[in-house]
Amino acid sequence: MNFAIKISSSPYHSQASDTAYHFIDAALQKGYGIYRVFFYGDGIYNALRYANPPADEREIVKRWSLLAREFDLDLVVCVSAAQRRGLLSEEENRLLGRRDSDLAEGFRISGLGQWAEAMLEADRVLVFSG
Amino acid sequence: MKKSFLYVIQSTSFDGVRIQEALDEIMTVAAFDQSVSLLFIDDGVYSLKRGQNPEILNLKNVTPIFDALAMYEIQQFFAEDESLKIRGLSSDDLILSVKSICRSEIGELWDKFDVILTG
Repeated sequence: MNFAIKISSSPYHSQASDTAYHFIDAALQKGYGIYRVFFYGDGIYNALRYANPPADEREIVKRWSLLAREFDLDLVVCVSAAQRRGLLSEEENRLLGRRDSDLAEGFRISGLGQWAEAMLEADRVLVFSG
Repeated sequence: MKKSFLYVIQSTSFDGVRIQEALDEIMTVAAFDQSVSLLFIDDGVYSLKRGQNPEILNLKNVTPIFDALAMYEIQQFFAEDESLKIRGLSSDDLILSVKSICRSEIGELWDKFDVILTG
């Protein structure tokens, strides 16, 4: 059994990102597959490299990066949703003459086709929005 | 691989870019040659209302995109009867021809689709 998961809520707007993270972590620990996690709409804020919460709070972006590294997770950020909100990859920044990447480790930027493909390949589709 | 998709639209055209991004996703899935239908409930029924002028608010008019969906071979458009009635709308007020469906029938409708998504 594997899952395609869409997250379309900003981490500080609702509980959706937290719930998604805990679901994915639990599923992986139990041996289920996560085909892909797709960050859409305000969900792209989960991938913001420079998020720097106070030391006594959960580190939402960093824990995604760690989970991606541990389980080789495919974390995909929608390019149009990200550009609209000002989150640019290293390549996109370079085109604008900047040396930077706004994308946290373990995420990659791609298009909606990746989400469509994931929904076709996975056994189950889940959406976390809020 | 072919699956049937039902997108549930619950917000108006004036809720940020929510509808625009939902429509982008819907068109992408349809372009993958999938069977896609749309269900409008709650304030989502307003997104189909005739006579909207979002340009006054410097917002994009998504009405032409709904028109274009027919070109993408969207299977069917459903609207919940109760959501229309409570907002004083009838099918004549809408830009598209929709199949009106009662709240009590929605569970049955959901059973017909492989994947159900919110926009």
